[in-house]
This record gives sequence, C-alpha cells and structure tokens, in this order.
Amino acid sequence: MSPLLEAFGGALALIASGDRALLQIVLLSLGVSLAAVVLATLAGLPLGAAVAVARFPGRQAVIVLMNALMGLPPVVVGLVVYLLLSRAGPLGSLGLLFTPPAMVIAQTLLIFPIIAALARQGVEDAWVEYEEQLRSLGAHGIGAALTLVWDIRYSLFTAVLAGMGRALAEVGAVMIVGGNIDGVTRVMTTSIALETSKGDLPLALSLGIVLIALVLALNAAAHMVKEAARRKYG
Amino acid sequence: MDLRRILAAAFAATLCATAQAQQKFITVASTTSTEQSGLFKHLLPIYAQKSGVEVRVVAVGTGQALDMGRRGDADVVFVHDPVAEKKFVDEGYGVNYHLVMYNDFILVGPKADPAKAGGKDVLGGLQKVKAAQAPFVSRADKSGTHAAELRLWKMAGFDMATDKGPWYKETGSGMGPALNTASAMNGYILADRGTWLNFKNRGDLAILVEGDNRLFNQYGIMLVNPAKQPHVKKGRGDAFIAWVVSTEGQKAIADYKINGEQLFFPNAQRP
Amino acid sequence: MSAILPLRMTDVSFAAGGRTIIDRVSFDLSAGPSTIVLGANGAGKSVLMRLMHGLLAPSAGKVEWLGDNASRARRLQAMVFQRPVMLRRSVLANITYALGLADVPARDLDRLAFEALEEVGLATLATRPARVLSGGEQQRLALARAWALHPEVLFLDEPTASLDPAATREIETIIKAFDASGTKVILVTHSLGQARRLGDEVLFVHEGCVAELTPTDRFFSQPASAEAAAFIKGETPWI
Repeated sequence: MSPLLEAFGGALALIASGDRALLQIVLLSLGVSLAAVVLATLAGLPLGAAVAVARFPGRQAVIVLMNALMGLPPVVVGLVVYLLLSRAGPLGSLGLLFTPPAMVIAQTLLIFPIIAALARQGVEDAWVEYEEQLRSLGAHGIGAALTLVWDIRYSLFTAVLAGMGRALAEVGAVMIVGGNIDGVTRVMTTSIALETSKGDLPLALSLGIVLIALVLALNAAAHMVKEAARRKYG
Repeated sequence: MDLRRILAAAFAATLCATAQAQQKFITVASTTSTEQSGLFKHLLPIYAQKSGVEVRVVAVGTGQALDMGRRGDADVVFVHDPVAEKKFVDEGYGVNYHLVMYNDFILVGPKADPAKAGGKDVLGGLQKVKAAQAPFVSRADKSGTHAAELRLWKMAGFDMATDKGPWYKETGSGMGPALNTASAMNGYILADRGTWLNFKNRGDLAILVEGDNRLFNQYGIMLVNPAKQPHVKKGRGDAFIAWVVSTEGQKAIADYKINGEQLFFPNAQRP
Repeated sequence: MSAILPLRMTDVSFAAGGRTIIDRVSFDLSAGPSTIVLGANGAGKSVLMRLMHGLLAPSAGKVEWLGDNASRARRLQAMVFQRPVMLRRSVLANITYALGLADVPARDLDRLAFEALEEVGLATLATRPARVLSGGEQQRLALARAWALHPEVLFLDEPTASLDPAATREIETIIKAFDASGTKVILVTHSLGQARRLGDEVLFVHEGCVAELTPTDRFFSQPASAEAAAFIKGETPWI
C-alpha cells in the first residue's frame, strides 16, 4: 500500500512542479493520439456508416473482420509500420521512421477499426429504427447513412473517445516506430516503460497516475457533453 | 475554454516535434544499457552546443541496433559487442570504425551470497553459481551484455545451450527489467556497471565480483556504410564519430560520473 | 386532376421466411374516396400497405401507378407510421429535412415548414427538440411533415394505435383535412369506429387475400364476404 501512496504523492509533486520535460511528454502524447483519432474518425466513420446501410455479398464477413480488428495487438501494428517505414522497406524514402508522424500513422491504423466497427454498430441500430421512415421520405444510400451519423453523433462521440483512450494507453506501437527518443518521440507510455526498466518504479508509477488522470479527465468531459446533449435533443 | 487551449497546445507540440524533422540531426542506434547509464544525457547536449547538430539516440538491444544499421534506419551505430561489430564491418555494413571507451561488467547477487560466488574470480564465481543451482537471470536478448555473459560461461567451461537448467532464467529483456527480475527472486546476474549504478530497485542485491579483467566491456562506434545506404548522413555522422574519439569527446566521457564514480574509461586509439 | 393515381395491384404476392403473407391480391384504388384497410391482426394489412407504398418489393405480381405522371409516383406519396420517427433535431428542422429531400429550394424551406406546423397547431413548438414532444404531438408533427410535401396519396399505418382518445381525435381531424384537400387517404386500422368515421370505402384483408372492396356503409350493413361478416361480428359481439 505504501508504495502506491508514495506514488500518488509523487504524481502530485510532478504535476505541481510544472516540469518542462514532463509537460513536453504529456503534450506530445495528447498531440499524437489526438491526430490519430481525427484521422481514424475521418476514415472510419464513413466506412462504418456505409457498411451499416449497404447490402452486398460477404457483408457479414466484413463485419466480423471489422469487429476482430478492434483487438489488433499494438506491438504487431508497430512492427508492420516499422517494416513499411524502414529505409529497407517500401516507404523508406519518406524518412518518417522515428518521428511523431510515424507514431500518428501507427496509432491511426490501430484505432481506425475501433471507430469503424462502433460506428457501424451505432448506425445499423439506428437504421433499424429509421429505415422505413427515411426511405418513405426518399432518403437512401449515402444520404441516409450521413443523416443517421449526424443524428447519433453523441453516441459516436463515445466511440471516438474509446479510440482516443486506446491510443493514449498503448505503448507497443509508438515504442517501435518512434524509438522513444528523448525530447523527440518520448511519450507518456514509453516514459513509463523506460523508468520501469531502469528500476525507478516510483517515478514510473507517478507517471502512470498522471496518465490515468488524463484519461479520466477526458472521459469525464465527454460524459458531460453527452449528458447535456441528451437533455437538449432527447 | 480550457479544453480547447490544451488541445491547441497538444497540436502545437506535435507540430513542433514534427518541425524538428527539419532541424539538423543524425540518428544513432545504441543500446539500452548505454542510454540507461545516463551517458547520453550528459554527452549529447555538449555536442549539440558545439556543432548545432541534434543526436537522436534510438536505444535498443545490440542485435537490433546492428540490424537497424543493416536496414539503414540509423546513420551511426554505437554498441559494445566487438565480435558482432567486426562481423558488421567485415560484411560491409559499417565503415569508419573506432574504439571509444570501456566499462566493466559486474557479477551481482544476493548480499548473503548462498552460492559463495563472491571474490575476484568471475569464472570461479559462475562455476559456484551453477554448482549450487542458484537462480541466475540471463538477458537472453542478443545484447552485448548477453554475448559477454555467454562468453564467460564458455570460458568457465559451460555451453549454456546444453548446460542450463531450471535455475537459469532467460528473460529476453533489457538490463533494467532483468535486474528487476533478479531483485525480485534474489538471484545472480551479470550486469554492466552503468545500469547498476543507476538502478534504484536493488532489494538485497550487491556487487559480488568485480575488477576481473575478463569483465572488460569494450564500446565501438561506426558509420553505416553510405555505399550500401546512400541516404546516410555521412558528413554529420563522421563529424560525430570524430568528436567522440577526439580529446574533447573522450574527456567528456571521462567526466561522466554517478555519485562521484567514473563509469566509462575512454580508450579511443589515435590513428 | 390526379397525377399518379389510380394504383393497380395485379396478382401481387409477398413471401418471407418461407411464409406467404400476401397471396395473389388484385385491386384498383382510384382518386377520391378515402380507403380503410381493415382486417384482423396478422391478416397482412401492414405488409400490403408497404407493398403499395414501395417499401417492400413484391415476390410476384405488379404494383403500378397508372396516372399521367406516374414517373413521379415516389415523390407524391407520404407515409405515417404507428410510432412517429423523428430526427434528433427541432420540430421545424424535421420538416425542412423532408422538404430538402424533395428538392424544395432553400429559401422556401422555413416558410413551407411553418405553414405545415400551423395547419396542425404545432407552430408554437417549432424550435423545440422534436423528441421531447408527447406521443400525440409527435404524430401530429409526422402529419405536418407529410402535409408539407403535398402528397397525392397519404398512407397511414395504425396512426392512433398508441394514442389516448383526445390525441386520437386530433389526429383524425387532421386526416379529415387531408381528405378534404384532395389527398387520397389510405389508412390501416383495426378500429371499426375509426373506419366508420374516416373511410369512404373499406378494403377488407383476410389471411393475405383481399376479400372485398366496398363502400363503408354497405360494408358494415351488408358485407359481401363471409369473412368480413365474421370479422364484424367478432369485433362487435354485442350486435
């Protein structure tokens, strides 16, 4: 119990100190994961909505695949992206390895299935409710899908948050493609991994508490937004 | 709104970090034990101020660092496994090879030393650990430290591929995590002095054997061969290597101390 | 001057899950009289309505609009369901959304939507979120949405089944207004009273077949089919 209490104290001291290195690490974590979430949503939302309303052969297999990919192991995604971006790989000439954009790419690939699968679920459930009325009014296909997406936007926000949480929490992908370079690609999770492997467990724990607090704050904010919307739009 | 400002700052940080890509830098593949010793935090700012070039260190195991060199994902390789380094250069992957410094390995174990391995003779110590079947943690990750450990076992008369038993724990991990494991199970382990000095989770562990000159750990630096990898930053890479083996660089290495103790002993040979 | 009516069903069948739900029905519905689709639960009334409106495709047979402007058949129909389906937008926005789908120019959207709301007495609630309205109010909104589209044919699938008597009366008043303005009303109900109040003719459906299509008065006093007679008797055992 005592190491945990020490860690809490350590976490508060860390935050209060306004340590510049810590601030840079936190902001980079947020920036990388946020960028990944934005890209994953831009790609995943329309795809999920399209699969929800379209009917085509093999649709069930696609849905199973989308759901399964939600559980992609981050370290595997990291390895694949590393092989793609390595100088010895097909995209090596872009020189993206060991930079924040590489981390954004890896995390985007990681959470894109989450957003697509959850969007598909949400839109498909809404389609069951709305289908007859929308088709009666003359809406179908992409138009209907987009109308549904906008209508369930607050539920979809939860899916986006789930993606953000996963991105912030993962270490496997960003470690491999980012290289945990001090001051360049070091984020919260890779810092925690580093301090743990150095045996500085109190510091690692404190960083971990800061990370959890961050994720909690994000979730709380999103919950309030959802509740306010529900009260407003019913 | 606070949230918006935080998000804006986060985006800015990412953009800044991305813009750093436009800065002058080189990528150095080195080992986790070297980074965890804290040497780079001491050395690199000195070089950055002198040259204006940022040295970005990706710290992985020796095996992976050399692999990075082969793939061309680094400009310079800085590791501590002379046998593997020689193979790397002979195969044409590395050029401009220099010795840089050495530090030593130590045999660490429980203070009470149930296997009676302590003393001045590391080979004797290892033989006693095996005889007592005391828990021994091996990194087993193709690192320089792992290679050194296997060489010492060999010199002591054992081939770890066949002579190991349940007392020999292979963790496949870096120096820090392996030390964590040794601390947790009160076992014996071969470690580099740098990581040990920085290691804060010692539990009941202490240094049992040191100073045996078979525990000598030599570091080498080389440029990834531009003939094989045309994009390698030859100019800046060579400049960094030149500085590391220069009087100034060697002095900076010698100046690095933990608790007043010098960690690395510069031994670059003048051509 | 009807553009899409009459509607002709020729040997239309519909099967699903191995069961035949509609079995070779044929009839014509022409402009003018309001038609009540009547029948027992499970007779196939709702499926028949969806076949007429085009929400379901028949397994066999033809659904044809024979009017001069039959190509516009999709646009000139509207349907109101038992439970109103509203988007998470304001009352007004739900109507402008439907108008937008009908290619009404942007500058006319709000004006036409307001007119429809006034027609059903909901103009004061224009800015409220549609989903916080009561069941009866939402159904009125559904009718306003249909009104705004000025359909030639209005399908209603048990529109008052979930409403209390007061709300039911309000809905029936609006349906009568549709009828009076020239819209062809086709209404599914299981309430004989509602059928008598709102219908000019009765399309009686029994086990997937059309037993008869008869003016309302004659249907209740002298039904042509034995099934209809049994149904009326069953629904009104005190007679």
